[in-house]
Amino acid sequence: MDQGQSHRIRRRLLALGHFIGLLLAMSLICLPGLWVVLNSFRPTVEIMAKPPVWIPSELNLDNYRAMFGGIGEGGVPVLTYFWNSLVISLTSTVIALLVGMAGGYAFARYRIPGKSAVFVGLMVTRAVPGVALSLPLFILYGRLGIIDTHFGMILVYVALNVPFTIWLIDGFFRQVPKELAEAAEIDGCTRWQAFWKVEFPVARAGIASAGIFAFLTSWNEYALASQLTRSLNSKTMPVGLMDFTSQFTLNWGGMCALAVLMIIPALVLTFLVQKHLIAGLTFGGVKG
Amino acid sequence: MADVVLRDVVKNYGALPVVHAINLDIAHGEFVVLVGPSGCGKSTTLRMIAGLEAISGGTVRIGDRVVNDLPPRDRNISMVFQNYALYPHMSVRENLGFSLHIAKRPKAEIDKAVAEAAEILSLTPLLDRKPGQLSGGQRQRVAMGRAIVRHPDVFLFDEPLSNLDAKLRTQMRVEIKRLHQKVGTTIIYVTHDQIEAITLADRIVIMRDGHIVQIGTPLEVFERPVNAFVATFIGSPPMNLLPATVAGGALRLADGSTIPMPPGLSVRDGQAVHFGVRADNIMPEGHSMPPTAHMAHVEMPVTLTEPLGTETLLFATLAGTEVQAKMLNPRPVRTGEVLRFGIALDKCHLFDATTGASLRV
Ligand SMILES: Nc1ncnc2c1ncn2[C@@H]1O[C@H](COP(=O)(O)OP(=O)(O)O)[C@@H](O)[C@H]1O
Ligand SMILES: [Mg+2]
Repeated sequence: MDQGQSHRIRRRLLALGHFIGLLLAMSLICLPGLWVVLNSFRPTVEIMAKPPVWIPSELNLDNYRAMFGGIGEGGVPVLTYFWNSLVISLTSTVIALLVGMAGGYAFARYRIPGKSAVFVGLMVTRAVPGVALSLPLFILYGRLGIIDTHFGMILVYVALNVPFTIWLIDGFFRQVPKELAEAAEIDGCTRWQAFWKVEFPVARAGIASAGIFAFLTSWNEYALASQLTRSLNSKTMPVGLMDFTSQFTLNWGGMCALAVLMIIPALVLTFLVQKHLIAGLTFGGVKG
Repeated sequence: MADVVLRDVVKNYGALPVVHAINLDIAHGEFVVLVGPSGCGKSTTLRMIAGLEAISGGTVRIGDRVVNDLPPRDRNISMVFQNYALYPHMSVRENLGFSLHIAKRPKAEIDKAVAEAAEILSLTPLLDRKPGQLSGGQRQRVAMGRAIVRHPDVFLFDEPLSNLDAKLRTQMRVEIKRLHQKVGTTIIYVTHDQIEAITLADRIVIMRDGHIVQIGTPLEVFERPVNAFVATFIGSPPMNLLPATVAGGALRLADGSTIPMPPGLSVRDGQAVHFGVRADNIMPEGHSMPPTAHMAHVEMPVTLTEPLGTETLLFATLAGTEVQAKMLNPRPVRTGEVLRFGIALDKCHLFDATTGASLRV
């Protein structure tokens, strides 16, 4: 009796310890984000105060108002940047996913001579830091005349994401037993139907996570975008943040406000896809 | 419904042949079991019939069509896989109806067929579950249901019971046999388990290293194995094999002792052979040995006993080789006890020591 009770208390304490530990870790991770959100509602004075002001005395929407305001009054073409970011990120994600699905499927299902070499080669391309590519890319793009275009940016991001999407999606298709597609073929599907009706839905969770990954990479990318975009034609939100810097001053409040606008779509998307991410689709159809 | 004919069917993986020109005629409505040790090419053969594996040579005919170049979907077959391969993202109902759905049959017809199959396999209460929520035996039944829904010409089973525990396996074995009686469709069934083969098959096809070794009814392969491999592969416990030499119309065992020559064999003097006797045909005296015309007698010390209830398996040593014998109406036996055994010689076999071929005429 007694022992059972002390056991239970121990278990409770352990659970509580876990909870506190996780809370601490989470707050460490979330603090910068929350700070950004908080600062976007505060005047510069308070942001710059030393020692820092933790509890804001006043919250207002001034930074947002200014940002959407006229060019002269600290305004920034937010909507254009947003649109550029969205078009470039979404398009490059879709393409990277399609290529990743084709490539990942091929790697997972077919015997290809030199497969592992090709695979390692793909990974190595990711080992090159993006910035190192910016000068060669700049020259190349300059010659081709695709600097400051959506097309150019999409191309860069597809190239950046494809190795990863192939690698991730290959891993997910490997977990889908090949008998599933075979069963579908026997059930009357063509090879193509078997893929779309069976293998794709089963691997969907994995493909969705590869998609989020690719989208966030493009959405947040700054180093290359800062070199390859220069006007309203193609400037993305991360590059747009630099509009708040001038020779002598930094408009932290405005920057944070734009950063918040950047975070929101990423958050929304993650929430939407989250249910696919939780690998609820366990491979229960197969006993292995 | 249809018959299935394999003519000189070959499968090579690159330069490696795994199925060597096999010939097989399966009658309409027959239950044929391909059995053999793991890696002998059973699955490959089945998958060539299914169209999942390209055929390197020869022809496969189902009904009146040569199907060599037809994709699986045009062969009108269905298949149950070892890992069931249920679609994990679909409910049991959708799994069962998938083939009809793909064939664009009207909804009412699909519902009716699904309900019918679910009824046959007692799956009705599970129709709205996902495969992940089912037990192994239930998944197995769904896999079978998916196969019968479309009334195919041929059912193909690839080791469908090997993922189940022993009790469930026995139960499903009966269900499969009952299913065959009910629907009467041609069945080709692959297993490495000889008990499954014997209990299920109309005819057994025994394979080894990509060759068919013997085809016959369960009784035929049990009673008249063509070689030592079949003799030891079929039957449990496996047939005892004792090295011996033919000497003056008798068999001389390794220790120099002799036993009389079993009848009905063609041997020459001095030939090195293996003397084969099943546990059922070597029994301690006084324990209901069925009487036969040709009996031999040996005395053997018992090294181990395995009581099985109605009978006890006795491990004993004869001429330096371990032999398994059966004791009906068992009594307790001490280890080391020497018993007198009778051997029913007319049920015994001789195999050539080098080729392994049976010397029965
Ligand atoms: N895709 C493949 N490539 C090369 N060899 C294979 C392949 N599939 C099977 N094999 C070989 O073919 C032989 C027969 O395999 P299989 O038909 O699966 O045997 P089993 O009788 O156990 O079902 C085995 O030796 C196996 O290693
Ligand atoms: Mg196999």
